[in-house]
Amino acid sequence: MTPVHTIHGKAYPFGQKNVDTDIIIPAHWLKTISREGLGRGAFEALRNEPGNLFDSDKYAGSPILIAGDNFGCGSSREHAAWALGDMGIKAVIAPSFSDIFSGNAFKNGLLTVVLPQEAIDRLMEVAKSDPIHVDLENQVVTTPFQDRYTFEIDPFRKHCLMNGLDEIGLTLSSADAISAYEAEVGAEKPWLIPASA
Amino acid sequence: MAQPRTLYEKIWDAHVVSSRDDGTAILFIDRHLVHEVTSPQAFEGLRAAGRTVRRPDLTLAVPDHNLPTTPRKDANGNRLPIADPESAQQLAALEANAPAFGIRYIGATDREQGIVHVVGPEQGFSLPGTTIVCGDSHTACHGGLGALAFGIGTSEVEHVLATQTLQLKRSKTMEVRVDGTIGPGVTAKDIVLHITGVLGAAGGTGYVIEYTGDAIRALSIEGRLTVSNMAIEHGARAGLIAADDKTFDWIKGRPYAPKGADWDAAVAWWRSLATDPGAAYDKVVVIDAADIAPSVTWGTSPEDVLPITGVVPDPASFADPSKQEAAAKSLAYMGLTPGTAMTEVEVQNIFIGSCTNSRIEDLRAAAAVLKGRKKAANVKWAIVVPGSGLVKAQAEAEDLDRIFIDAGLEWREPGCSACLGMNPDKVPAGERCASTSNRNFVGRQGPGARTHLVSPAMAAAAAVTGRLTDVREMMT
Repeated sequence: MTPVHTIHGKAYPFGQKNVDTDIIIPAHWLKTISREGLGRGAFEALRNEPGNLFDSDKYAGSPILIAGDNFGCGSSREHAAWALGDMGIKAVIAPSFSDIFSGNAFKNGLLTVVLPQEAIDRLMEVAKSDPIHVDLENQVVTTPFQDRYTFEIDPFRKHCLMNGLDEIGLTLSSADAISAYEAEVGAEKPWLIPASA
Repeated sequence: MAQPRTLYEKIWDAHVVSSRDDGTAILFIDRHLVHEVTSPQAFEGLRAAGRTVRRPDLTLAVPDHNLPTTPRKDANGNRLPIADPESAQQLAALEANAPAFGIRYIGATDREQGIVHVVGPEQGFSLPGTTIVCGDSHTACHGGLGALAFGIGTSEVEHVLATQTLQLKRSKTMEVRVDGTIGPGVTAKDIVLHITGVLGAAGGTGYVIEYTGDAIRALSIEGRLTVSNMAIEHGARAGLIAADDKTFDWIKGRPYAPKGADWDAAVAWWRSLATDPGAAYDKVVVIDAADIAPSVTWGTSPEDVLPITGVVPDPASFADPSKQEAAAKSLAYMGLTPGTAMTEVEVQNIFIGSCTNSRIEDLRAAAAVLKGRKKAANVKWAIVVPGSGLVKAQAEAEDLDRIFIDAGLEWREPGCSACLGMNPDKVPAGERCASTSNRNFVGRQGPGARTHLVSPAMAAAAAVTGRLTDVREMMT
């Protein structure tokens, strides 16, 4: 995975609340068996409207998306994170994210930044004319003005994002502990974890 | 004495393989359900990295999302092709991946096939006290058996396939207690819609919910699965209901359930998992069952819930300006005018099915309303989709299929059907559907489709009158 350090550029001042994953990528796009190319289907219903934000000359290709509360709610489809990544988005800034979406985003190197609504309101204003800068190492979002918003991020996630680490590889380094767990619980509850075939 | 713990904390503690200082644990996953939509890229990832499935014996695969609900075999018993090439490709991928990785597979034409969240409990694969995952957000459903069950994304599917574990942090705990007794015509679906209205679509974010209280205890297992199924609609990744004798009776004898001495030991362990007296939840929400009416959604978020006796709200009536804007957008999409009585809203489509409401009890409730009645002339499309082949067989043994067909409804093959726009069952743009599914999102049942979430009995009542209807008026 590509390491993430800073993200700088235009931002979509989207701002909508409760953006569900059906809005991000409708179900008929889920019939793919690959992770690629889903950007074409991202926000499909919204992009069918003329003059929409995502296809406007002003914002198209922005690496940052600013959204409202509960971004990514609904279905667990990771296609939502793939679609945003494929349309070039590298960070989403919102007051809150659904748990499943933020996990999916993290696993695909898409940074989710949680900031309070007041900061979101200000960034929405700035994005109309100026770029926004996200610095993962220092956990801060800044603008060309004096705005400076620090954000929290799980230290482990930060470490993985900054180093582009593969979580499966990390877990497999604990394979002995997993085997020990299986043996111990399996001896006590063979109906739960049968002896490995 | 040990610190009192909640059901969730006991299940969590029993599954920790190892933990880091920052609180992240490697959590063992007991049961992994796989379907065709969120798995192809996970298998592709395993192949690319040269990895295998660690515990194929703890994994069960079944296709459901893409399958058409029309007959799957011709008169000679030969399998019929799937018209949509992309759906066919996704099904073919699962059909190839399952044997290639040694995973048990229930195929499209097998009698046990069905919606993954109906099949797991029905087969005794989903059990109390276990950790259960699936690449589908409605995995919370299995929490109705007292399991810690939650939806995961495709990278996590790959992670579980490769390691039989997930890296997770413990969630906060919330008790949602429903005190008292629900009234006539009120069902598990109405309880969970009401809870979603109270908590809001994000109210449970970051929490694992335990549903407690007399009204929850009184529910059948099918009803409990309906409540837990929609935990995600109020933001909670998992929703649990402690297992009790009703649960054990329901599970006993199912194909994958423990047998003999294992059964007795399992029941003893399951009983020990109930929340200890004095255990504290991070948040407690108390609901009075007497406040719950047969419910219906008016907007495009599951939190947009009203009693059927209500009227379409005026966006200006919401305190939060962003909710005012969202409500106005919802009403424009739904084609509704503030002040309209919900019972005046005409529906052209009826969908009875989905992982929320396609079990035998749901079909019985719908059939009880439809018996001796006919669907209204303005209802153009009305389908009943059983949750599994076994539910279908049971319903046919009880002649429920005759009741549906005589009333003018179609009796289909099992699958996810019109819950989501991935298979041929879709609601036409601009038309309404009284639907027993779980999401009324924009475009969920097809582009431009307008969804009103209701219980099976309420969907049946709407089929008869051709408009959203208070089922209590049709009960004798």
